[in-house]
Amino acid sequence: MGGRIKIALLLTPALLVIGVLFGGGLISAVIQSLGYLPAIGQTQISLDAYDQVLTGDDFLDSFLLTVYIAGASTVFSTVLAVLAALALRHGSGRLSTVVFQLPITIPHLVAAVGIALIISQTGLGARLAAALGLIGEPREFPALLYDRYSVGIILTYVWKEVPFIALVVLASLRGVAGELEDVARTLGANAWQRFWFVVFPVIAPGIIAASLIVFAFTFGAFEVPYLLGKTYPTILPVMAYNEYRDVELTARPVAMAINVLISFITAVFAALYLRLARDLGRRRDP
Amino acid sequence: MRKRQSKAGLLLVTALVALPFVPLFVWAFAGEWRFPDLVPAEWSLRGIQHLAEPGGRVLAATLNSLLIGVSVALASVVVGLPAGMALGGYEWRFKGIVIFVILLPILVPPLASTMGVHLTFIRLGLADTMLGVFLVHLVPTVPYTAIILTSIFAERTGDLEEAARTLGANPWQAFWYVTLPEAAPGVAVAGLFAFLISWGQYILTLLIGGGNVVTLPMLLFSAASGNDPVITSALAIVFALPAVLALIVALRYLKPSETDDACGFLGLGKVS
Repeated sequence: MGGRIKIALLLTPALLVIGVLFGGGLISAVIQSLGYLPAIGQTQISLDAYDQVLTGDDFLDSFLLTVYIAGASTVFSTVLAVLAALALRHGSGRLSTVVFQLPITIPHLVAAVGIALIISQTGLGARLAAALGLIGEPREFPALLYDRYSVGIILTYVWKEVPFIALVVLASLRGVAGELEDVARTLGANAWQRFWFVVFPVIAPGIIAASLIVFAFTFGAFEVPYLLGKTYPTILPVMAYNEYRDVELTARPVAMAINVLISFITAVFAALYLRLARDLGRRRDP
Repeated sequence: MRKRQSKAGLLLVTALVALPFVPLFVWAFAGEWRFPDLVPAEWSLRGIQHLAEPGGRVLAATLNSLLIGVSVALASVVVGLPAGMALGGYEWRFKGIVIFVILLPILVPPLASTMGVHLTFIRLGLADTMLGVFLVHLVPTVPYTAIILTSIFAERTGDLEEAARTLGANPWQAFWYVTLPEAAPGVAVAGLFAFLISWGQYILTLLIGGGNVVTLPMLLFSAASGNDPVITSALAIVFALPAVLALIVALRYLKPSETDDACGFLGLGKVS
């Protein structure tokens, strides 16, 4: 009995911060998305904002762009991370950890600026192309910023997230996967068989969990696309922010409706991730 | 053969990791660097001078970032430590649900909740103030400190506290003289994380600070949207500095397993 009270007391400060600032904020966002804004004299509750958002082309364009950027970033990051982890697993653990931790720690904005200075039409890449005689003028270099394919945004995410996934994969490779692989080798399995039937099943859950986190994060992240993306369509969080900043306060419910939809989608991914992480934990200590 | 392959791989990965820093360091000291020159025709210290300008915007913004970051780190540890003890040290029902709730602000972007809370902050006079910015920064930092400290307390057995209690220490003494010193490295890592997350915040500060609370990422963002790579690069380097310093400290003073726990946890990937 005393134990339960103690645990409740220990949890109170953290739950209070999260409950009031995060939970309260979300509830307030939901209420405002329903059109309830007494500050501007609106007390009628309606689903107009959702109707407006979900039937308009803007939302669909933004949604597709967001899914594309988050999806492409996640897929490229995951594939490269697995390759990097496989290549590095026999080397010095400490050294590769250090190298990988740098991008994980560096703020996204710094990465975005550095990558923009490489891939812009007057960047290092274009200068190198000019030195090799491939292009004569900056505009002959492909536009990789503010472009249709969001190359700059995806590159920034890949640079940031590959190390994160790779560390997760390396951890499981250095554990049981290595031992099982040796057994498989002794039993005569070739390199491909060892990877596909032995190593991959062991590292797969970790890969999926890490990819889910990366997807959820890139789906809801703001500043890299805000800096390196084109003006239309924008990703959903930027769209929500633009509606929010609209001088017309009537745009508020629309901004909040977009926010609520983003939160709902990322929460689904969060639940999937936590379920997977829990199953993983169970498998580890049965 | 395997070792050599790993070495080549590591070299390639290191080069790719270092690549974005190359233009930053060259541009920060560039004077004139026209297309298609591969190196600047002239060098200059204009970028560095801009940073150090006495009474300048950069110093003021850096100070704001530091002030907010340090307060956020302290508050997050104070709030996250008891939560970590409860989650890591004991078994109880509904723990999974509480962990989900605590992790939610990491996985669901705090943009929505911050816009939602903005009106209330305006009413309470917290909008456009450092205090308001400090409060919204707690939303992404408290989950991290709580979770890092959970893993720290999960690895401890609590035997030492029991010994202390048997020897006549009261619960508070056992916490202060036994639990806290033993958890100190974890607490330091958690605080460092919270600082870095706060230091990297852009949109939350912009929303609640409303342009009145100017931190370093605000300056970097407006420089990066403009057309002066010299100033942008100089600011980017300063902005990256705490992360690099933190990494050095973590590698020097922590056991490898602790560093792995901390950073692998997930990541500062989400810092920014």
